Amino acid sequence: MTGLFTIAWRSLRNRWSTATLAVLAIAISVALILTVDQVRRDAKTAFVQTLSGTDLIVGARSGQVQLLLYSVFRIGNATNNMSWESAREIAARDEVEWTIPLSLGDSYRGYRVLGTNDDYFRHYTFGRERRLSLVAGLEFDDVFDAVLGSEVARELEHDIGDEIVIAHGTGSAGITRHENQPFRVSGILEPTGTPVDRTVHVSLEGIEALHVDWRSGMQVPGEGTPADVIRGMDLEPSEITAQLVGLKTRGTVFRVQRAINEYRQEPLLAILPGVALQELWGLVGAAETALLIVSAVVVLAGLINLISVLLSSLSERRREMAILRSAGASPGTIFRLLCLESSVLAIVGIVVGFLLHQVSVRLVEVLLRTRYGVDLPGRLPGAPELLLCLAILAAAIVTGAIPAWRAYRQSLSDGMTQRT
Amino acid sequence: MTDSRLLLLEDVRFSWPKATEATLDIPLFSMEHGERVFLRGPSGSGKTTLLSLIAAVLSPDRGVVKVAGTDLATVRGAARDRFRADHIGLVFQQFNLLPFLSVSQNVLLPCRFSARRRIRAQEMGGSLDGEVQRLLTALNLDAAALRHRQAMSLSVGQQQRVAVARALIGRPQLVIADEPTSALDADTRDAFLELLFAEIEATGASLLFVSHDAALAQRFDRHVDLPELNRAEQATG
Repeated sequence: MTGLFTIAWRSLRNRWSTATLAVLAIAISVALILTVDQVRRDAKTAFVQTLSGTDLIVGARSGQVQLLLYSVFRIGNATNNMSWESAREIAARDEVEWTIPLSLGDSYRGYRVLGTNDDYFRHYTFGRERRLSLVAGLEFDDVFDAVLGSEVARELEHDIGDEIVIAHGTGSAGITRHENQPFRVSGILEPTGTPVDRTVHVSLEGIEALHVDWRSGMQVPGEGTPADVIRGMDLEPSEITAQLVGLKTRGTVFRVQRAINEYRQEPLLAILPGVALQELWGLVGAAETALLIVSAVVVLAGLINLISVLLSSLSERRREMAILRSAGASPGTIFRLLCLESSVLAIVGIVVGFLLHQVSVRLVEVLLRTRYGVDLPGRLPGAPELLLCLAILAAAIVTGAIPAWRAYRQSLSDGMTQRT
Repeated sequence: MTDSRLLLLEDVRFSWPKATEATLDIPLFSMEHGERVFLRGPSGSGKTTLLSLIAAVLSPDRGVVKVAGTDLATVRGAARDRFRADHIGLVFQQFNLLPFLSVSQNVLLPCRFSARRRIRAQEMGGSLDGEVQRLLTALNLDAAALRHRQAMSLSVGQQQRVAVARALIGRPQLVIADEPTSALDADTRDAFLELLFAEIEATGASLLFVSHDAALAQRFDRHVDLPELNRAEQATG
């Protein structure tokens, strides 16, 4: 017995060139929208997880986004610093498990220099609880040791043992260079896909050492203090730019935040990085919606192509319909046949598009991981993809009813007449 | 009221929606069971319209069309299509087959739409495939070689015989052949008619054979002239 499906399938195969084009148009649009949707979600996840595991970011009082921008993304500058004393008091609170001091303000050939301590390597996490690790060398031990982010090392072609001269100020030209206190590259970090890659890390003492010969932003004339003399000095900082705080239990986060915001000695601001990152994404993420709209329009174009392929075939297929009618097919059967054809084209198109999407995503994942250290979630396709595919299929079935309806009307009026 | 006649048209009038004049106006036309009628119908005589009325594709404006005792006016919607599938086998002038299906799939097409013909075909040939083979062989076609070939690879003469096999499968009571020989050359035509008659006889169906070629008329039980039958003016097509 020849089922309606066999008839639809054979008929489509008979017109394989146009059918293939229709399938391809749908496949490409499906692959595009699935990929855009995934990139959109992954980009958001990666962005929001630029910094994870940190419960609070503390800095001098300013705006939430501003504090986030300079402390996490190394964009812009702090208008004020916070005192080292306040930082130590916060670190000593019962609820606090660890803190990471951040001291910014200097640069090396366009890359920001971050002063911090060993806790940075121990507690800083990003993505899904990923920690920093070194691909080469060691963490800083000496005052003049520096650990480079992967991009800094790659772009500037630095290796362990290289000497670097850090500039005061953050202009790319490097306003004044601290020529007398060269740093030595002691370690290079693994790629993380976060601003860490574009950072030169030194110890807090290193930052202090840079400024030994400076008074009120001016370099003291003379030869400069020799490095060995500096090593013997008391290099405890008096202030830092910001502080990352990890709590023993997350439940205390609002209490600690309030306590810091109401701190009496100086005006401080504590923010929840997750919330601030979400807020920032709201500002920079507008492009994602535009992309999604463009992809939806491409899907629409694919569906319109599907209809046009079927509609244009109808006039050539009047004879086929007449034969079916004469054998006992009702106009309803003709309608169902055409619906079946558009569904077959749509399903094949969606399946091909899905495979295309999976292959391209896997390739991109490998590329991102090896080159940029961006760890895409890499999860298996789930509900969002399935829902999108089903929505496209539903749209294809609905639009496929248009040529089917035309065929229905046509076969009503033609009957068994063999019009060509 | 039951009627022993296979086909009865009584006082049938039909006009196309936009036409001012009636296309068909037939006071009476009937066929007996097993009768073979030659209907001479030049083009423009309302031939296609008449066949569409009998095949329940069109409904008359007035009058009664009965096929196998059923008044077609009482059959509605998709049931009309099923009725056609059950009772009528059709052969057209040419292009009878779906080119992308195999010969066998083409022959079995009515069995897809009519359970009644499917069951009868199974009974006749032991199985659907068996019946297809039997019919093709009876129509002088090499069933084994052709059965799985695509219909479009056949010659016109072969295609017409496959169309006859399709019209006959499952033994419909009425076979309508609309100029089935006009695409064939003289030799093929005679052979085709022989086979058609033989199989019609074997299945006991009635045959309504429409042609403009009066030379074929003598081989039929009865000869009817459509322009004489139809009282409507035949000014246009």
